[in-house]
Order: sequence, then structure tokens, then C-alpha cells
Amino acid sequence: MENNLAKDRLRSAIRQFGITRLIIAGFLLALFVIAPFVGVDLVGQITNTINRFSWNAILVLAMVPMVHSGCGLNFGLPLGIISGLLGATLSLQFGFTGLLSFVMAIVIATPFALLLGGGYGWMLNKIKGGEMMVATYVGFSSVAFMCMMWLLLPYSNPTMVWGLSGKGLRTTISLEGYYDKALANLFQINIGKLSIPVGTLAFFALLAFLMWAFLHTKTGTAMTAVGSNPEFAKASGINIDRTRMLSVIMSTWLAAVGILVYEQGFGFIQLYMAPFYMALPAVSAILIGGASVNKASIPNVIIGTFLFQGIVTMTPTVMNSMFHMDMSEVIRVIGSQGMILYALTRKTEGSK
Amino acid sequence: MSDKKSVSQKLLSFLGRNSVPIMFMLICAVCIPLSGFSAGYLVNEIVTRMGRNTFLILCLLFPIMAGMGLNFGMTLGAMAGEIALILVADQQIWGIPGIVLAMIVSIPISVLLGWMCGSLLNMARGREMITSYIINYFVGMGLYQLVVLYMMGPVIPIKHASIKLPRGYGIRNTLSLLNMRQYLDDFLAVRVGGIKVPVLTFLIIGLFCLFIVWFRRTKLGQDMRAVGQDMEVSRDAGIKVERTRIISIIMSTVFAGFGMIIYLQNMGNIATYTSHSQIGMFCIAALLVGGASVERASIGNAFLGVTLFHLMFIVAPKAGAAITGDSMIGEYFRVFASYGVITLALVMYELKKRSMKSHAGQELALAQKEEGADK
Repeated sequence: MENNLAKDRLRSAIRQFGITRLIIAGFLLALFVIAPFVGVDLVGQITNTINRFSWNAILVLAMVPMVHSGCGLNFGLPLGIISGLLGATLSLQFGFTGLLSFVMAIVIATPFALLLGGGYGWMLNKIKGGEMMVATYVGFSSVAFMCMMWLLLPYSNPTMVWGLSGKGLRTTISLEGYYDKALANLFQINIGKLSIPVGTLAFFALLAFLMWAFLHTKTGTAMTAVGSNPEFAKASGINIDRTRMLSVIMSTWLAAVGILVYEQGFGFIQLYMAPFYMALPAVSAILIGGASVNKASIPNVIIGTFLFQGIVTMTPTVMNSMFHMDMSEVIRVIGSQGMILYALTRKTEGSK
Repeated sequence: MSDKKSVSQKLLSFLGRNSVPIMFMLICAVCIPLSGFSAGYLVNEIVTRMGRNTFLILCLLFPIMAGMGLNFGMTLGAMAGEIALILVADQQIWGIPGIVLAMIVSIPISVLLGWMCGSLLNMARGREMITSYIINYFVGMGLYQLVVLYMMGPVIPIKHASIKLPRGYGIRNTLSLLNMRQYLDDFLAVRVGGIKVPVLTFLIIGLFCLFIVWFRRTKLGQDMRAVGQDMEVSRDAGIKVERTRIISIIMSTVFAGFGMIIYLQNMGNIATYTSHSQIGMFCIAALLVGGASVERASIGNAFLGVTLFHLMFIVAPKAGAAITGDSMIGEYFRVFASYGVITLALVMYELKKRSMKSHAGQELALAQKEEGADK
């Protein structure tokens, strides 16, 4: 009896955690175990994984509101990233430095995110049911449009523009002297070779907590209702369009902040075609974390980002030292895109 | 009474239906004089590009017929064509026999990939386009690289050192098809006032067009259109919906493989890891520029599209440089135009789908109106 009960409990626990997630977690664990034996610096790799987690987590968090309101996975993430890039470049242009430039970048990015997110949300409300495909291409065309703008807008800060012609932004802009590691260096903990960017992690924790708290407010509950059962939501007097629009704006703003946090960790602003493929890693991360097209939670974000970034960091180094052959990129693509495919082909309850 | 529309109304609806081609005509009309290219050069370029791309664009018509939207997974066929060409080049079979053999070799690979893609799309009904888009990444950057970069050599025997990477396995980044280059185009080629017309290539495209016209009238073609119109009704009428949809994707993939081989023999070399990556996007954009929509496309759209889109493609960088003094602007502009036109078509399609849905039930519309009044 007792034994059976325990077995059932174990089985339901596994089911709850998800079999694919279990496989990926097992793979990552295996990589961590193998690493020291093939001569990989394990502590360094753990530091890398934690760092990468801290850079990317907010971009993944940006998926949550739109999934909750039933808009699907936000393949239009580049739109938010562009707001962030506008904030970043303008903050540098106005000559802010240090941590202040980071804060100002967020402040400047906010109106852009609200405006673009609002327009984007308005459009997505017109095309309910086909959000994901349109979102992908809205992202792409906005990136291509901004490519022209980066060249044409009258930026003049010499660290940002091409040295020769004195106009047009560079493809990568170094953030040294601006907000390079602005958050990471706040309360950084160093234990031997292991360093933990507490500031960045705390910033993510703050945003994640706010998101969690928001989802438990009246508006947040309404958002979940809109996503899981639009008919019911309508019957209980929720304004569906407005709720969806709010979720899109939140997602866009989070993407803007997310890219700024990414940049402060990475140390560079990447312009032009760089934001192009940034949606896909974030999408697969949250799916690996156990989210589906219409369900996502904060633990999904944390687990997913950790697993995804862990694999991204660990596979190349471990594979390289094991086989002297770098297949990691291919494996990563098959894994992450396979995850997206799996989520898309699964029958989802309450789908339109 | 109601079906007699005034001339201006007719004109307006014509403009509305063809707004995208007209817009591109205007862009071209502005850009051509600015670019400063001669007419002869432009015509020559367009004829070449038409021969190169039209076959690929036409293979998009089958999934549209079956109501599965724009087949972003057509890249699978392109990859099958590339793998076939690599294998044939390794056997050192060149010229037209090589091209024909490559086409034959590509068929089983295309069928397999197309069947896989079609089955996945059947599982993701209503999300076909985004799914085919992700499949394109999954196969293109995942499976294809796995096969070509790691398995060719140890698993799939490759003999010639000119094809293999120096490390002993995997295929070189670019593969020269010098002994195959434009063999199809030059055979029977006619020169009209300095413009080379690849007659054989156009003949093949013409035959393919005839095939499409004939295919529409066959039982299978009719079934496909019925499935595209309404899946449930066709299921009740005894059509095997899933099977028909898979067949439409397989056909599209197989012909995309042929199209890619025609494309590559014109180019004269294969960029092994990048040739296929953009091809789907450009073909879809070209078809849409020709006035097609997500649920309706004709052979005429493909021809008009390839002309306008590539005209824009040729003149944009030069024209951009003439206006702003920076040639990159034109480059980015054409990328923006490609993505923009796809976005526009997708939005229009979704809008139309919704408005049709809301017209379906009078009650629903009434309810919506009441809701609107409440606000």
C-alpha cells in the first residue's frame, strides 16, 4: 500500500515536472558531472552559467504576460528590444555615464516601449488567433526598418558613430565607461573563482516578484481569465481587448529592460541585425521550463532559463574537450527548435 | 441593381485588391531612374532572375491551394536539392546528365522531408505557418547541418577532396559547380539584342505551369481546393483530409528541390550552409509582391512578383546610395521591403479571416454591436 502510494506520488511528480524537462535536466546534470573529468574548469563554467542566466532571465520573463492573456508566445520580442536599444543609444547620446546611464536608458526606453507596445497590442487585437506568425514578421520588419534608422538618425556621440564618416551608428558599441556591468558589480560576491552577480540577480528577482504579485492582483487574475477562457472572461465583464493590450505593453517593456540588462552583462550594445533572432532563444527557454502556448509561470521562467543557458554554456566546452569536435551548435538548435515544435504541435486545451 | 457597380467603384476595388503590386511598381518607377542602370542591363538581369527563381516560387502554389498558407517549409525541398547536388558532384557527373540525376536523387529526400513536415503540420492545425517556419529552422540549422557537416564523410561516403573539408569530414562552405554552371540555361539559349534568353529553362517553367493548370482539374487537385475551402465539409464528403494535406506539402517540397537545382545551376556554386536559408523568405515575398495573398495565388502572381521584386532588388542599393549617399540604406531597404510585404499579407489575411468569421452569424455580430454600445 505504502509503496504504491509513494510510486503514484513519484509518477505524478514526474508528470508534473514534465518528461522532456527531466531529460534536458538530466543531460545538463550529466554535462556538469562529466566536465571535471575531461578537463573543463567546472567552477568557471558554473560562473558562466549563472552570469548568462542573469543576462537572459528578464527577456524570458517578458514572455509571461502575453502567454497569460492568450496572445501566445511573443515572437515579436524584437520590437521590445528595439525600444530598449533606442533607450540605450539615446542615454549614451545625452552623455549619461555609469549606473545613471543604465537608469536613464530604462527611463528613456519606457515611452518607446509603451508606444510601440500599444500599437503592437492594438494590431494583435485585430487579428486574434493568428498572433504568433504576425508577431514574428512584425519583429523582423521592425528590425529591418530600424537598420535604416540607425544609419539615418542624427547620433553624434563619437563612441557610438563610425569613426571615419562621423555618422551612422556602429554595429557594436562598447559600454565601457557607461553601464558596462552596472548591475553585475553591485554587491558582487566572489568565492574563490566563483563570482555571483548579485545585483543583476536581485534586479531580476525584483521584476519576477512584481510580475508574480501583479498576476495575483485583480487585473492579473483577469488577464489569466482572458487567456484560459475568453468566453467566461467576457461574461464576467472583463474588457478583453484592453487586458490583452496591457499584456502586450508589459511584455514589450520587459523586453526593453531585458535587453538593457543583457547589454550591461555582455558589455556591448549590438545593433542592426542583432535583435533579429533574439526571440527564438527566449521562446525555447520558457518552453523548456515547462510552459506551453497558453500557460506560463515564474518557476517556468527560472527553470527554463537556467536549463537553456546551462546547456548553451556547457555543451560547447564539454563536447570540445571530449571529441575535439564542436557539434554543440547543431545539438542546441535541434534541442531548442525541437522544443518549440513540440509545443506548437501539442493539442492545447482552450485553443481557438 | 446591386451587381452593377459604377466605374469608380470598380476602379477602387481593383486598386484595393492590387495595392501591393501597384506600390512596388511605384517604388520601381522612382528607383530605376535614380539607379542609373541602362534598360538593356535591367532586362537582361530580370530575364536571368526569372529563369532562376520562377520555378521555386511556383512550388508555393500547392500548399496555398490546400489552404495551408505560405509554406515556409519549402526550404526543406531546397535542402534536398542541395544534398542531391553534393552527392552527384561527388560522383563527378556533370552537365545536363548531372542536373537530371540530381533531380532524381532529390526526390526521395524531398518526399521524406515533405512527409515529415506535412505530418507535423497536421498536428498543428490552425498554426501551420508558424510551425512550418520553425520546422525550417529545425531542419535547416539542425538536421541539415548534422548531415552535411558531420555525417558526410564517415557515414555517407564522400570521395572527392575538393568537396570535403580538409579535416576529413563535412562539406566545404562553398561548392563549385563549374562543370554544371548554366548548362541548362545555355542549352538552346537564344540571344535577342544582347539579352540571353535561357529557352530550355523557360520551357521547363512553362511545362510546370501547364502541369499546375492540369493538376487543378484532376480529382486530387479538386480535393485539395475543397480541403482548402472547408476541412469539415470535405471530410464529410469523403475526402481524406490529412492525406491530401500531406500530399500537397510533399509536392511542394519535391518541386522546390527541382527549383533549387535550377537555381543553383544558374548560380554556379553552392554556399553549402547558407544558400537555402533565405530562399523561402525571398520566394514568399516575391509571390506576395505579385499580388498573391495567403489563401489565393495564381501563376500570374508568380511571374509579376518575380519581375517586380527582383527589379526592386537590383535597383534599391544604387538608388539608396543616390538619395542618401550610403549604399547600405538601399540594402536594408530591400530587406525591410521583403519582410514588410510578408507582414502586410499576413495581417490582411488574419483581418479577412476574422471579418468572415464575424459575418458568419448575424447574432454574433449583433452581440458585438451591443457590446460596442456598452463601451
